Amino acid sequence: MFDDTLPGFIKWLSATALSHTIQTKTWIIPTVQTLHILCLAVVFSSVVLVNLRALRILQRDATLKEVAERFLPPVLPLVCVLLVTGSLLIIGEPRRSLLNATFYLKLGLIAFVLPLTIFLQRAFASGFMERGVWQRRTGQFFAVTSLLAWCGVLFAGRWIAYTQVG
Amino acid sequence: MNPLDLIAAAEASGVADLIRENDNLFPLIESVHVLAISLVVGSILAVDLRLLGFSWTGRAASSVANGILPMTWIAFFLAASTGTLLFISHAAKYLANTYFDAKLSLIALAGINMLVFQFIGARDQARWDTRARPPLKARAAGGISIALWVAIVACGRWIGFTMEVG
Repeated sequence: MFDDTLPGFIKWLSATALSHTIQTKTWIIPTVQTLHILCLAVVFSSVVLVNLRALRILQRDATLKEVAERFLPPVLPLVCVLLVTGSLLIIGEPRRSLLNATFYLKLGLIAFVLPLTIFLQRAFASGFMERGVWQRRTGQFFAVTSLLAWCGVLFAGRWIAYTQVG
Repeated sequence: MNPLDLIAAAEASGVADLIRENDNLFPLIESVHVLAISLVVGSILAVDLRLLGFSWTGRAASSVANGILPMTWIAFFLAASTGTLLFISHAAKYLANTYFDAKLSLIALAGINMLVFQFIGARDQARWDTRARPPLKARAAGGISIALWVAIVACGRWIGFTMEVG
């Protein structure tokens, strides 16, 4: 059923007025991609800065709670902007992503890392890591997991351009 | 040997050949480049927003900068090295690309902006370091830096749309 409906959906999406506009105005895609990368830069840097503090690598003169409270707030709103800019890129070139295994790998990684990030950063802000050795080790393990998964999201994102069919 | 000869020699080198010939090497280096530049831009933004008096105003401007900038410098080194590798793979084409030249010029301007702030603007930083709203010269440096880095990312993305590689 998936195979049956996906090409039909792509055909329909490519024929929409919005897709047509994005396809014909050549400045739209690079502009949306620039916005996408800028938002990603803030989200990724925020996550990295908090996780490196959790691993006691950076900003040890500030508490983990302070660092998490400083960098957590922009993450969710910017993820929403990323969803919008990402969707615009898909609407403009549906075949580029929807027929691309790398795109689904990126989606899978996001589905994994986004809840993990939100959960982890809330735990950091609430002082979970200070409750004991076991808690600190668990937090640090997931901080490393989250960092690796986010790197995977960025890699997959760039690789979409190199694995598109046709 | 003048710089252009040096660049031509780099483009003719075995390393450049390898990046051109291997299907995965260019995307791999480019992915690291995007990851690194995301960290550069995101982390600089956090420092600039503090200089502008917009965020983390309860923490001294120098503490914010000292806590974050080590990561910025490592990421910048990584972005510059991967950028150099991408550049030598198609040096002549990059040099002929307006957006590439603009990107390099803007990076140089960002460096000058940083040095001017470091050696002139920040000389009396001790007097305003803990103030929520730093003086105009610091806010100007922060604002100029944000504008430059947004433009640098935009130029980077536009290179991909105005230059055929491969």
